[in-house]
Amino acid sequence: MITAGCDIGSLTTKVVLLNNTKVLGYAVARSHYDPVVGVTEVMDKVLKSTGIDRKDIGYCVGTGYGRERIPFANKVTSEISCHVKGAKWLMPSLRTIIDVGGQDCKAMHLDVQGNIEKFCTNDKCAAGTGRFLEVMAKLIGVELEELGKLAAEARDPIQLAATCTAWSQAEVICKLNLKVPKADIAAGINNAMAARVAILAKAAGIEKDVCMTGGVAKNVGVLKALEEQLDVPMRRLRVDPQIVGALGAAVIAKENLGGK
Amino acid sequence: MIVAGCDVGSLSAKAVIMKNGDIVASHVIYARPEPEESAQAVMEKALEKVGLTLKDIGYCVGTGYGREAIPFAKSTESEIVCHGKGAKWCMPSVYMTIDIGGQDAKAIRMDNDGNITRYAYNDRCASGTGRFIEVMAAAMDVPLEKMGELSAESKNPISLSNQCVVFAETEIISLVNAGKPLPDIVHGLHNALASRVGAMARSIDIQKDVTMTGGVAKNPGMVAALEEAIGVKFVKSKIDPQIMGALGAALLAGERMRKSA
Repeated sequence: MITAGCDIGSLTTKVVLLNNTKVLGYAVARSHYDPVVGVTEVMDKVLKSTGIDRKDIGYCVGTGYGRERIPFANKVTSEISCHVKGAKWLMPSLRTIIDVGGQDCKAMHLDVQGNIEKFCTNDKCAAGTGRFLEVMAKLIGVELEELGKLAAEARDPIQLAATCTAWSQAEVICKLNLKVPKADIAAGINNAMAARVAILAKAAGIEKDVCMTGGVAKNVGVLKALEEQLDVPMRRLRVDPQIVGALGAAVIAKENLGGK
Repeated sequence: MIVAGCDVGSLSAKAVIMKNGDIVASHVIYARPEPEESAQAVMEKALEKVGLTLKDIGYCVGTGYGREAIPFAKSTESEIVCHGKGAKWCMPSVYMTIDIGGQDAKAIRMDNDGNITRYAYNDRCASGTGRFIEVMAAAMDVPLEKMGELSAESKNPISLSNQCVVFAETEIISLVNAGKPLPDIVHGLHNALASRVGAMARSIDIQKDVTMTGGVAKNPGMVAALEEAIGVKFVKSKIDPQIMGALGAALLAGERMRKSA
């Protein structure tokens, strides 16, 4: 029995195909301005790569900011429940899940049963969301994906004084003009990002095991800075952290089919 | 007695020269990369207007974000004190001034002598400062000076769903692309900033008369939006509201010179 999960985020669209116990395939693409076109393209890509026919999908759950626009979704649900579901499916011992997406950040603290005990979110301020990293990466002229690697070469990370993304931009321009090595700037950016996320995570309450999901979790620099600031290890998941929401949607789809 | 005040802000630098208690010259320039350079350039221009040189200035007080870099300033003072002083001197009925700067916003209450009694200040979040309008104007490719004019043509101001400068910038670009009339967007932007600055002003309780100082006070769209947001008509300054900080600094220079004499 095959189920699908689609997660249309502000920046990327993710589709996961799940077969009871195993991820059959997934794809991630930059979100299309028309979510219907975007999600259909990503779905077709996964179907093609796995050789599965659309008809074989027993149930599809949609989530994310564009969830209402998925033509083939049987049901839609919130990102929060999808991230929890996906992360718990991968690692049942998790008690804290920090999801940092393209334009928001959520921290979910779970009880022993896996129900959400406390939940904190920021989608008002770009600082502490993927957008902060995106703006900064563009400013220093590196790909978003390179920020983590670049930061690993830092010798003397810069310290950003401001929280606000707009002010940080001015600060980073100033550092670039002073010929501060990009690696040091990148490390400072990751640290600032982690500091914002840490505040939110602490507000939700940190309990081991802790993991990070969402695209930003691919940035090792942020992950390590967050480990330091929260003083807990971040458990690494066995799948791309960016697809956890879509995976959770596929797991919920499976439950809807009665395949618990 | 000739004294001067110099206000080096993030976007502009201002100088005021006073002789025996009257303003004899003032000047405003766009800020240069180095605050020291801005200070020197603006003061030179102001001095030129009245045929004076730096040597003729008995005392100069520096203020603004670049105040520590003004080579000819004998002492410095915060913008908050200077704006309060300047506004009270120009408009004796005023007990509160709101100043939206390029990278901060302040609401200041003062007593009969222009001394500060309460103030509120934001330089943390760019969306409550002049930077908000600056970024949005750039995104729409509208000169900052045109914002007021455009705003006045609005029939149906938009309501922004984002507060953050970064998120709002994206929203503005989509609104422009969706064909929303520019005046309606501009008016909506003014309302958005006004609601944030207004909330800050209310946090120290509004005390009439109220005025607006700083460069943003020259934008009639912003003035109208802020008046509506706090429900008070502003007293308008006869003197350029942008030089209020430098004027306050010059007034303090006079006081300090008398004290040291």
